[in-house]
This record gives sequence, structure tokens and C-alpha cells, in this order.
Amino acid sequence: MYKYFPHTEEDIQAMLERVGVKSLDDLYSQIPDSIRFHDDYDLPLSASELEVRQAFERLGAQNRQLVCFAGMGVYDHYTPSVITSLLSRSEFLTSYTPYQAEISQGTLHYIFEYQSMMAELTGMDVSNASMYDGTTASAEAMMMAVAASKKARKMLVSGTCDPKIYAVMMNYALHQGIDIEMAPSKDAVTDLDAVKAKLSEGGYAGVFVQQPNVFGIVEDFSGFAEACHSQKALFIINSVAADLAVLKTPGEWGADIAVGDGQSLGIPMSFGGPYVGYMCCTEKLIRKMPGRIVGMTKDNRGQRAFVLTLQAREQHIRRQKATSNICSNQSLMALWVTVYMSLMGREGLCEAAERSYAGAHYLCDELLKTGRFTLAYDQPFFNEFYVKYDGDAEGLYQRFVEAGILGGICFEEGFLFAVTEKRTKEEIDNLVKIAAL
Amino acid sequence: MNNRLYGNLIFELSKPGRRGYSLPHDNFGDYEVPASLRREQEAALPECDELTVVRHYTNLSNNNFGVDTGFYPLGSCTMKYNPKINEEVAALPQFQNLHPSQPEQTVAGARALITELERSLCALTGLAHFTFRPYAGAHGELTGLMTIDNYHRSRHDLRRKKVIVPDSAHGTNPASAAVCGLEILEVKSDTSGLVDLADLERLVSLEGDSIAAMMMTNPNTLGLFEEHIPEIAQLIHGCGGLMYYDGANLNPMLGACRPSDMGFDVMHINLHKTFSTPHGGGGPGAGPVGVREGLQEFFPFVSPYHGNFAVMMRAYAYILSLGRDHVKEVGPLATLNANYIKESLKDVYELPIDGLCCHEFVFDGLKDKSTGVTTMDVAKRLLDYGYHAPTIYFPLLFHESLMVEPTENESRETLDGFIAVMRRIAEEAKTDPELVKTAPHTTPIGRVDDVLAAKHPITTYRQMLNDKN
Repeated sequence: MYKYFPHTEEDIQAMLERVGVKSLDDLYSQIPDSIRFHDDYDLPLSASELEVRQAFERLGAQNRQLVCFAGMGVYDHYTPSVITSLLSRSEFLTSYTPYQAEISQGTLHYIFEYQSMMAELTGMDVSNASMYDGTTASAEAMMMAVAASKKARKMLVSGTCDPKIYAVMMNYALHQGIDIEMAPSKDAVTDLDAVKAKLSEGGYAGVFVQQPNVFGIVEDFSGFAEACHSQKALFIINSVAADLAVLKTPGEWGADIAVGDGQSLGIPMSFGGPYVGYMCCTEKLIRKMPGRIVGMTKDNRGQRAFVLTLQAREQHIRRQKATSNICSNQSLMALWVTVYMSLMGREGLCEAAERSYAGAHYLCDELLKTGRFTLAYDQPFFNEFYVKYDGDAEGLYQRFVEAGILGGICFEEGFLFAVTEKRTKEEIDNLVKIAAL
Repeated sequence: MNNRLYGNLIFELSKPGRRGYSLPHDNFGDYEVPASLRREQEAALPECDELTVVRHYTNLSNNNFGVDTGFYPLGSCTMKYNPKINEEVAALPQFQNLHPSQPEQTVAGARALITELERSLCALTGLAHFTFRPYAGAHGELTGLMTIDNYHRSRHDLRRKKVIVPDSAHGTNPASAAVCGLEILEVKSDTSGLVDLADLERLVSLEGDSIAAMMMTNPNTLGLFEEHIPEIAQLIHGCGGLMYYDGANLNPMLGACRPSDMGFDVMHINLHKTFSTPHGGGGPGAGPVGVREGLQEFFPFVSPYHGNFAVMMRAYAYILSLGRDHVKEVGPLATLNANYIKESLKDVYELPIDGLCCHEFVFDGLKDKSTGVTTMDVAKRLLDYGYHAPTIYFPLLFHESLMVEPTENESRETLDGFIAVMRRIAEEAKTDPELVKTAPHTTPIGRVDDVLAAKHPITTYRQMLNDKN
């Protein structure tokens, strides 16, 4: 027998007898023989635990861990040990969606905390229980805005958004029959006058912007919410979660929906996932929100209890009329960022964000001092910035890699560098030294 | 479980000035975020020391039930054992520290893993290509339907906007179709619980030109194998539609039948079901989508990188572990376990459709309906006995659906224990119905007031404080 299969031959025989068939094969008598699979799968023979470990170590050895100065949506922040230790508790890890509230208070309780923390961070009224990632959360926000407006089916997306977010939104929009139009930018920030002009044409369900934007620039959204609301459009801001500890919040900008990725709250980069998307909104819109929501209530013994609520929005009740097809959240990753925020607190989040800010500005200054780089735009940035390089960018990027450095995201004319609290002065000086050659 | 002592919110354990973190000393000098960029209202996040945080979440975990805690016969969810080695290899720093935009020559191992996983899934399903971008089962459904929609668009066959879905389908099926901008045509089930072929023929003859796809899972949500699947596929292909396989019920097919051989063109796989990656309290999962040769060019851009890569790593570890010699035992053993429970309980629970099932089956409540004890009551009473409840009130075909899926990992002793408790509850329903109707009695909390939660939503700590004032 196999280590994951407990039955002995004797068990199998006795059980087959109870079922009333002669062999395991007979359990499939309903399957027409023409489509039965009788061959062996084209897979290697089973591997022992030691061999599995070795296989992964061999594959791992073919990867290179680099000192990371790349961002563009994914940031190399530090993960405190407490998180991995707590998340490996199998009562969290091996549980299902908390439908049975009586034996799922652990999950429901931390999701309530997650929602509370995300609402605080974004300055919004309410949050759902989390979404897949920041890009899909953006697409969901677009569909939510369209559903909320009933008539309008156009979405205005700022040209300063990350093209990856834009591409995911475009893909959903294509199938949904939503028209996405790009809002022009001026000096690498969204042009409010152009947004107003577009909105005055009518038919827009929402305006979507990103903060900091794809160039790392912190935009000024004064007047945007008013412009949107005067034309009955919703204002949606996608932000890097960790930066909101310090930056003016979507709530303060007057946003109706705040979305983004929570990866920056201590989640490892893991070659692209899993991360966690967040979505927060005003109280008014809560019944239009996709995804799970946990609410507080009482049990029949008068105790405080938590439960999945407002489920009338969801696919298992509403089927094709649901607000979204989403049937899970990214629960364990929501726990990840909840524990992160519990450890860091307001002060720790601010400190880490400020440290990232300081490191990025130090790097930028040092790069400019080499005389080979120029800051592409004269705009305030946070922990990420775009610089033009006067030489062969691709060649320099490869030299960074040879030195064990992931030198940001490389473009034809320059680099998008990101710095987190993990980067030391030595690491930054080393990058600059190579860049100055 | 000690809910009374540890029922606080982390916010209620906070004290200004405490901290649970340490950062390296600052050495960048005077770079300060200008006031013009800063938020005005500070985020009211908890301030706690490290041990307080550790104890709080450890105690929360004690109020939870997982596969490692006990038997989890949750139908449609395939709550199989999540092997420990998978967790360990998925956390290797050589993978965890990779930025998704690193240059190719520095991620050869990660790429090779994706290629090998794709090859393995192709071998197991008979399909030709997979995309790993979808983050979850429902995301996979959507991706698969977008692929189909893109295919029809590429042929300028723009009328094909309808998807046939059985009335027994998972709720995500019609919801995913709607998000994809497609319309649902529901096909009825016949008295044997299978797709009603006559009704399907009627739909095809009426709507043939507008059918984009038929979307179904096989075995269906009653756990029954759709034995007419070759005829169904022929009908759909005959009218120009594609066949979509909802991989939620793939587990019993390992070692029995491949979706491509059934006639399916596109499918998603829930790696968190069939390939043993942990459900994590509702995610992260992964929903890779596979297609026949020629359809891969229609994969949509549903996420930016390589999907939930760390989840894929776990699935690959599972496939490597089982290998070709044991992966084919998964389906038969899961199927044996389900049939064993069904046969052992069908004299006291109502089995609406008799016969062999696959990995799961559905009872329509207790046989004796005179006691007034409902499926909900039975489910709640099971919690008292240390079992997770089955899936209840789904599928929608019956009023008192109670759906049991044991998986291949459960021993005969575990199943016998569950069977004994299910029989005991049936007995209690007659002798002491109040005991069952008021269950659970031994859990940290009792039945919750769902109506209060929905009528007066309190979903954050701040709302809770405002509500008190």
C-alpha cells in the first residue's frame, strides 16, 4: 500500500463486499469501455520523500537569488518569522471556506480583523474578505462600477497605470462588453482636465487610477472624486498596500472603491504568487461588492460570533445573477497580511514605508551623482522611480545580474528601480558602483 | 478550544507604545516623506508585542477545524490530506525569493518545474497544453470560457454566446459564464440524475448556431458518471460548440478516465482538490486550464505572471510522490470510500438515486421525515461528534441535500466511526429531536444569528465601536 492510502487488501475486500461489487475496476462499470483509461500515465515512478526533496533542491539550484531592486507591483519586503510559524498551523492551513461558523471561528475571526485593518489602511468604510491579487481585484472593481451604474458601460483608465493591470482589465472588459478608454497623462501624471473632458461626454461608470503610478510617482488626485461624482461615475484607486501606511489614502482622496495588491505587506515574491488582492469601498456600495464578507453577530448562547454574511450577492445563491463568479477569497494570504499588520502596527508599517522611501531617494540621488542617469520626470515618488540611462541599458542590466543584483525593471532607455526596507546602504552603494562604470 | 478566554479581537489586545517588530538601524540620513503626500488620519492598527500576537493567533487556530483535525466529508470540495513535504519544498528560498520579472537565465529551475507540471497534467488529462495563470477554480472556469469565446470570435462566429449548463452544476458555472458575457441555457436532469438527453437535443436543435459550449463536470455533482458523455460531446461538437470540463470532480477519474477521452476540449483543474494543495480556509488555490491542440493561442490574459506558483509547486510535489504507480489508485480508492458510506447509510438516509456513485453522493435528508429534523440539524449535530459537516443544500435538485465526499485518504476505521455517528444521529432524531435541532452543543460557539449579521452588517472593528456608541 501507499503512505497516503490507509486501506489494507483485507479492508478493500470487505468494503467491496459491502458495496456489492467484485473489484475496484467494477466500481466504474458505468463508464463506457470505449473511453475507459486502461494504460499507464506517462509519468515517472513514485518518488520517496527524500527523492522529492532532492528533485526540488536540484531545481532550486538552477535558480539565482538576486539582491532585488525590482518592483512594478511586486516588492521584496521582509517577512517576520512569526508569520510563517503561525501560518503553518494546520488548523488554518487545512481548513475549508468557513461555512460552518461553529467550528470556523478562527478563520472568520481573522478575516474580520483583516477587513478592519484594510479599511483602516485605505481609509474606506468596509472591505471584503480579500481577492486573488491586485490585477483581478482591479477588474472586479471595474465590473462592480458598471453593475452599480446600471446604464453606463464605459470605464476611463489612467494612462499612468501599470500595463499589466490594464491588460487584465482589458481582457475582462472585452468579454463583458465594457469599453475601456485611456485617460491621457501630462508629465507622467493623470491629466484632470482631460478626465473632465472625457467624463462630460457621459456614459462612464468609473475612473480608474493608480497610486503610486507605474513610474512610482505619487499623484495628486485633488478634484478627481468631485469630477467623477458630478458625472455619476465612481472613482477607483489602485494602491500599493504598504505605502498607504504613510500616503494620503483612497478614502481621503474621496474614492468609492479602493483596490490593490497586499503582497507588499510581507508576502514573499514567490515568482508571482500567491499574493492577495484587497477591495474596500464605501458603506453605500457594500451590497454591490464581489467576494466574501465576514460580519459580526451573536450565537444562541449570547456570545459574540463571526459569520459569512451578505451572501445573497454570491454565486452559490444567485448563480448567473451574482455580483461575481468568485467563490473563494485568498484566505491564508489574508491571514498572512493580518499577522504582518498585527506585528508591525501603525508605527512599524510607517517605519518600514519611510525606510523604503529613504532608501529609494538615496539610491536615486547617488545614481544622479554618477552623471549617467537622469530622473525621467520631475514629480514626487515614493519607493520606486524611473531613471533614464545614457548608455546601453540592457548591457548594464546584465552586468547587474552578473554581480548578483536584480537591477530593477529594464526598459530600452532606462530603469525602474524599487527599494524596500530590506536594502542596505552597502547593497545600494554596490549597485551604484556598477552603474557608474 | 477556549473561546471565552481568547475571544478578543487583536485590536482589543492593543496598547499604544507596544511593538512586535524590529528593523535594521537607519542609515540613509534625512529623507522624509513630505507632509503634502502624507495621510491626515492615522490608521488605527493594533499595537502589540510579539508574544501577544503569537498567542492570539495560536488560540484562534484552536477554534478552527482542518483536515489535520478530523474527518472532513465535505462534498464537492475534495478535502484530502495535504502532505507535509509539499509545504516544505514550496517554502524553499531558492523559489520563494524569485521576483516574477527576473531574467530567464536566473529562473531556469522555476521554468523547468512549470514545464514538468504542465507535461504531467497533460498526461493525466489527455489534453495538449495548460495555462497556469488562473488563481482558483472559478478563475479557471472563467479563463476556459474566455478561451472558448476567443476561439469563436477568431472564426467570426459571433453568434455563439450561449453556454449549456446542467441544472445540477456548481454555482460558479453559470456565474463564470455571466462574467464572460455569455448567456446560460439550463439543461434538465432526468430521473436517474443525469443530463436529460432529450432536453439537450431539444436545446441543440433550437439554439445550435448560438451555442458556444457545454459546461459540465463528470462525474456530476450527484457523484454520478454521465455515461452518455460520448453522445453529449458528439451533439455539441456537431452543432459547432466546444465541450468544457469543470475539473472540480476530477479526483475519481484518476486511474479511470481522461477528460479528453470523454470528448472535452477545454478544462480547468482545481489543484487544491485533486492535487492535494491545502485549502487554506478558502484560498489560495490554483485553477490551471488545459486545452486540445490548437486552442492554446486563445488563452486570455487573466493574471500577470505565472499564477499561484507556490501552489503549483505543492501540486508538482504531490504528482512526483505518487508517480504513475500510485496516481491511478486515487480514483478507485476515493470511489470505494464513497460507495462504502452510501451503502452503509442508505437504510436511514434518503438516497434519491440508487446505484454506484463515484467520489461522492447525495442524500436527501433523513429517511424518516416525521421528526422534523432537517439536513441542517444533522450537519450541526455532526460537529458535536467531532466531524466536519458534509456539504448541505447543494445540489439544488433536492430539498434536503446532504453531500458526502470522503476522499481516498480516510481509513476504514474512520469511515466506520462516521457511519456509526450518522446512524446515532438518525436515532436521536427519533428519540430526542430537540437535542439534534439545537445542536451543536460542544463547539466554542452555538448556532449563529445569520439574519442579524445581514440586516445590520458590522464588518469592521471601527463599525463595531461606532455601533456601541
